[in-house]
Amino acid sequence: MASVPKPVELIQIESKPPDQPWMDNKAEFKAGAYCNAALPKWLEILDYPYPRRWSVTDDDWNLPENWKEIFLKAFEDRLNRFRSFRLFMDICVRCGACADKCHYFIGGGDPKNMPVLRAELLRSIYRRYFTTSGKLFGKLAGARDLTEDVLKELFYYLYQCSECRRCSVFCPYGIDMAEMTILGRELLSSVGINIEWIMASVGSCYTTGSHIGAPPHAFKDTVDFFCDECEEITGIRPHPDFNRKGAEILFVAPSGDYFADPGTYTFMGYLLLFEYLGLDSTLSGYAAEGGNFGYFGSHEMGKRLNYKIYSEARRLGVKWILGGECGHMWRVINQYMDTWNGPADFLEEPVSPITGTKFENAQTTKMVHICEFTADLIKNGKLKLDKSRNDHIIPTFHDSCNPARAFGFFEEPRYIIHNVCNNFYEMPEDTIREKTFCCGSGSGLNADENLELRMRGGLPRANAVRYVHEKYGVNHLSCICAVDRAVFPPLLEYWVPEVDVIGIHEMVANALIFPEESERKTDLRLRPLKGFESEDTDED
Amino acid sequence: MNFIHAYYFSLFAVVALLFIPYLGVRAGLEAFFGIIIPYLAFIAFLGGVINQILKWARTPVPYRVPTTCGQNKTLPWVKRTIRDKFENPESMLYVIGRMFMEIVFFRSLFRNMRMELRPWQKYPEGGKLIYWSNKWLWIGALAFHYSFLIILLRHLRLFMETSPSFVNLIESVDGFFILSTPTTYVSGIILLISAIYLLLRRMLDIKLRYISLASDYFPLFLILGIGITGILMRYFYRVDMVAVKELTLGLATFHPTIPDGIGAIFYIHLFLVSVLFAYFPFSKLMHMPGVFFSVTRNMAGNNRWVRHVNPWEYTPILFSYMEQEDLYRKQMKKAGIPLEKDIDLEE
Repeated sequence: MASVPKPVELIQIESKPPDQPWMDNKAEFKAGAYCNAALPKWLEILDYPYPRRWSVTDDDWNLPENWKEIFLKAFEDRLNRFRSFRLFMDICVRCGACADKCHYFIGGGDPKNMPVLRAELLRSIYRRYFTTSGKLFGKLAGARDLTEDVLKELFYYLYQCSECRRCSVFCPYGIDMAEMTILGRELLSSVGINIEWIMASVGSCYTTGSHIGAPPHAFKDTVDFFCDECEEITGIRPHPDFNRKGAEILFVAPSGDYFADPGTYTFMGYLLLFEYLGLDSTLSGYAAEGGNFGYFGSHEMGKRLNYKIYSEARRLGVKWILGGECGHMWRVINQYMDTWNGPADFLEEPVSPITGTKFENAQTTKMVHICEFTADLIKNGKLKLDKSRNDHIIPTFHDSCNPARAFGFFEEPRYIIHNVCNNFYEMPEDTIREKTFCCGSGSGLNADENLELRMRGGLPRANAVRYVHEKYGVNHLSCICAVDRAVFPPLLEYWVPEVDVIGIHEMVANALIFPEESERKTDLRLRPLKGFESEDTDED
Repeated sequence: MNFIHAYYFSLFAVVALLFIPYLGVRAGLEAFFGIIIPYLAFIAFLGGVINQILKWARTPVPYRVPTTCGQNKTLPWVKRTIRDKFENPESMLYVIGRMFMEIVFFRSLFRNMRMELRPWQKYPEGGKLIYWSNKWLWIGALAFHYSFLIILLRHLRLFMETSPSFVNLIESVDGFFILSTPTTYVSGIILLISAIYLLLRRMLDIKLRYISLASDYFPLFLILGIGITGILMRYFYRVDMVAVKELTLGLATFHPTIPDGIGAIFYIHLFLVSVLFAYFPFSKLMHMPGVFFSVTRNMAGNNRWVRHVNPWEYTPILFSYMEQEDLYRKQMKKAGIPLEKDIDLEE
């Protein structure tokens, strides 16, 4: 792992562009700011082209002989299949409104991380090979030849975009860098350029079921362990089912939630809630991953992974699907799933078995977000909650990029937070909701070797957390995204170590009063509740 | 190409364009610059724009990917303001509303803000990011586009026998602010000021200078050239407006004539306008028709209840449940997970 300078050093950001024009500057691969090349074995599992060993820092990337031809053919193919891509290549006026909206530019200062310039890297190739003016006037028209250096530059900067869509909120034409990044990464994949972090996760998801490579029995083992924990803390043992046919609901969580703390506490929260409700639901070892790592770099791979959810719902004969707290997962479920793998006409329009509420807004996807499900329970008075059990938690809420800008899911999580805890503070207006900042590690960039970039990209978010921490004593950053729960702990450890990360359903489970529970003195993390601090000495 | 090159190239290109019609008129080529070039330019404009629009329109929209800037329609009791309804439209009606706001009021540009990293000793890391609303670009862009539009509409009188009443109305409002003879139109002044602002912004802001191409400076210089020649022609050289109208009306009615006595300045103005028209379809100026096609703005956020079909969707290689069970059947059985093809572990 590359060593990262201290926060006081890292925050000295040089954002003056160099003197030479950007077309003449080669990308300089800085340690800590790129992800490692994918190993051939994943590409082989997934039928990706040109599996081979190569390294980002090598001069020779071992590209296929006719890589240029392949790349340009793939480019043309995307131009013909995606109106978004063709349009975004044509209409940018370089007004610069997006320039300082990107967290990687704010935290890193590299001018090629201004979304406009990152997009120009692709546009310059587009103009050179697909427009008359570019063919005739070359550099004058903003066109340039595709060379290996240009390809490397594309790799460097397309993997310094987390597909958060913040630029597209501010663009007067709605030009969306995320769209171009996904398609640009598809082009790189067409000549065998992929990163290990994404391909390992995708390869594992594809065959085993989860990005951590846990096959069904290991998944069950892990969940059984969570049940033990739940029982120890609350006196209540959840009874989740696996691959059970005939259940009413299939529940799909992001695998990050059963991989590591603090996501695991959110998973325990789901389990306790379902036990409380006696929900007729099942987990699946096949559709064990909601978070879609394929979509980070390929529409096709996104579809191949997402396919499992409907397919499993059909096999098990459930009525509808419930989805856990996850960001990219919900962009996919909201904007792609039905188109990719629907119509889900074998499922029924979701109805909450507890409240009878019809989720008419999910009538074609047939998949409900657990936060709307829980918000509906609370609204109908179906949950007995003791807010004071979260009094040791002073949360703020991080709107994850995808639920914010590719869904518009703002109120439901806030409604739950207001009902399960007493002290909630919003971060400054320019850093939340549709203007929210990325965690800095989204879209497959949370590789260890990429740590400095992640710390830089996370600066705007962390700085807003710092603000509410200083002003209101906020000590938890709550969120509805598994990537957030995986990457915020190191980010906040670096920038605002006083603040922990917490999922919404962890707080729900803390507050949930079971009829026959044992006296609750700690939260799900075995931390003492307010009023019980003195009794607990041997736990953190 | 660096900033200096891009900048001077564009400037010189426009200056060179001034000389072409000037020399042409002196050589007696009025008909070429007064009739042929405008017609060619108009054909290039129309053909180019239609061609580009058809290209976009023919390219499929595989996925419904609006950028949502407000609360999605979910449960009936979940609070949604009128702003949410426009910025995360649930139906075509609100999509039209969103597009209207975008095209008429430049909604997204109105959101613009600036970021600044300030030294902040109270924070251990020593820095604080602050954001403030920055409406200058929004104001500049609105001023530029609307003055351009008004000037364009005012010119309609040159292409019609009697000008329509809305053109008269625009003229009287436009001429209302500055009292003079001939009437001074404020739109011309605003166009020049806003174009100069947009140009200076590009030259002085180091980030913008870094991203700017020759094709960013060129249209600005060209429009400045058009504005300046227009103003010179109207207020200073005082060309014969009756003769000008004879020519323009002739163009519009396909009975082109070249009346005597129109100054060279008019031909320069007309030539620059022709260049702008011919250049339009092959340049970033296509953002004008393009914005209507922007899929992140012109689609509803109704994916969960209205199915979107991708015309070219195909079935890729998939990994089925049975393939997974075949891989892990024994372990799954041991773990007590139900199977499709049961096995006896004893065997």
